[in-house]
Amino acid sequence: MKTRDATRFAFDALRGYRTRTLLMLLAMSIGVASVLVLTSLGEAARRYVTGEFSSLGTNLIIVLPGKSETSGGSPSLLGGTTRDLTLNDALAVSRSALINHMAPLIIGSAPVSVKNLQRDVMVVGSTSSLLDVRQWRLGKGRFLPETDITRARFVTVLGSTLKQELFGAKNALGEWVRIGDRRFRVIGIMAAQGRSFDIDVENVAFVPVAAAQMLFNTQSLFRILLDTRSRESIPRAIAFIKHTLRERHQGEEDVTLITQDAVLATFDKILRALTLTVAGIAAISLAVAGILIMNVMLVAVSQRTTEIGLLKALGVPQRQIIRLFMTEAALLSGMGAGLGLLVGQTVSSVIGYFYPALPLGTPWWAFLAAIGVALGTGLLFSLLPARRAAQLDPVQALARR
Amino acid sequence: MIRLTDIQRNFQVGDQQVHALRDINLQVTAGEYISIMGPSGSGKSTLLNMIGLLDQPTAGHYQLDGQDVTTLSDEQQARTRREKIGFVFQFFHLVPRLTAAQNIALPLMLAGMPEKQRNQKVQMALQQMGIADRAGHRPDQLSGGQRQRVAIARATVIGPAVLLADEPTGNLDSAAGTEVVKILEQLNANGLTLLVVTHDETLGKRARRRIHMIDGAIEHDTLLQNHTPPASP
Repeated sequence: MKTRDATRFAFDALRGYRTRTLLMLLAMSIGVASVLVLTSLGEAARRYVTGEFSSLGTNLIIVLPGKSETSGGSPSLLGGTTRDLTLNDALAVSRSALINHMAPLIIGSAPVSVKNLQRDVMVVGSTSSLLDVRQWRLGKGRFLPETDITRARFVTVLGSTLKQELFGAKNALGEWVRIGDRRFRVIGIMAAQGRSFDIDVENVAFVPVAAAQMLFNTQSLFRILLDTRSRESIPRAIAFIKHTLRERHQGEEDVTLITQDAVLATFDKILRALTLTVAGIAAISLAVAGILIMNVMLVAVSQRTTEIGLLKALGVPQRQIIRLFMTEAALLSGMGAGLGLLVGQTVSSVIGYFYPALPLGTPWWAFLAAIGVALGTGLLFSLLPARRAAQLDPVQALARR
Repeated sequence: MIRLTDIQRNFQVGDQQVHALRDINLQVTAGEYISIMGPSGSGKSTLLNMIGLLDQPTAGHYQLDGQDVTTLSDEQQARTRREKIGFVFQFFHLVPRLTAAQNIALPLMLAGMPEKQRNQKVQMALQQMGIADRAGHRPDQLSGGQRQRVAIARATVIGPAVLLADEPTGNLDSAAGTEVVKILEQLNANGLTLLVVTHDETLGKRARRRIHMIDGAIEHDTLLQNHTPPASP
């Protein structure tokens, strides 16, 4: 029997039993579609998070006060802080030739006002290097001054939204704003660039770190951001920072260092595992579809007992009967998978339409896996019914009307 | 052409042995017209299925064209069935979703014949059976007589040596039955060996050789000399 004829025969058989064919297609396509949609959501979450981390800048080392044994996460909440990180600590570590930029961070919330307009926003105390370390873009004017960072100068750089809310379309450069109980001169406006991982750059006021220390009446830094000259120098830089800070903190290692690579790798691992888990759960629905296929195929075999008997009487060997039923199953699962791809992609694009921030995109392996599992389960679960059909006794099969 | 030697066929029903066929010895030469008659359960259908290789004897030997076919594999038996044997059933057993032409083409398709050649053969068979105008109809759109003619066309399209008919008129009214018998006898006149299992005395008596079975054994095997069946049954 020619493959084309076998395919047509199987296709005709599928068309002959419309309801069961449609039901099986439905089950198959739901299974395939759910695998695709869920993996693409998982992938989107992974890409979103890793993308956010990448935007932190490359070769980044983050120094946090407090020691924690866990990697990743937010150790400052877990480990008790023994000693504050100070500005002098930051200056000491930045003296290494391995360090390119150093930006200390003090973060707090304070009211920012112009005349009777007031906004409560995040105030970030740092240095001019912050712009380079975080790879942010300045819109107008200058960023924080590159002078002695221990000197408090009362100047500020505003986020684009904050500027808009306080000054509207008017020029803000050179104007005075009140932050907390002090007056600051506006020297720069950030470019509109959206949220960057932990800081909403559009809605923030940057001030020199020493001014922030006065403003919040604190000596301790929230963290220190360091940028090494090259990726290869990260391990040596870490050793240097640890050593320097241990000496400055009476021999106690009470800081935590996070490299962007480590954070990225951890998140990547977690989210990939999550995606696989979700895909695995979705694959269960494919397995269920497979069992449904087996069930329906068994019914088909008993429905078509006389037909099978006839085929045997016409001289079709067992092997070929198995082939006919498997062709049917392959067609069914193939069409189901195709339909599922269509449905899955449609659902994905609908989600993408409503949540444009999600970098949706089904990974190539999910396509292969969905189609593979669909065909696999379809064929696997049809093997038993097909064998049963092939082993039917033709005399008994034909005895039925 | 067909030689059955000491054929036994036993069924196990519960803990009882049922002897469907006992000590069957039968020789059929090419071109014969044989009717097999007997009460229900006498084993006549079992005998036909045995000859058609749908059933395996418990003991004994079956030679078809000089070849012992009882020892063949499933594959070889299927091939023999396909090439040498045609079946006609009481309930036609047409594939309901296929048209008359597609039903007739089925054995050719299963044998792997290219479509063009197939269509030619099917056209000829349709003409021969006088149902050319029904080629595109599905079985449920055909009368009983037409269905059986489609079934006969399907059984003979590949050019078998033997045609086995199990109650070919059993499900037809007398007019349609007459038509079908006419066609079968015409095929026999053209050299096809014809074995007909029937309850119907008048049909059975049309055959030159009549086999009567009781309790799984052949009781009479009469061959009439110079017998010509009546022009109309």
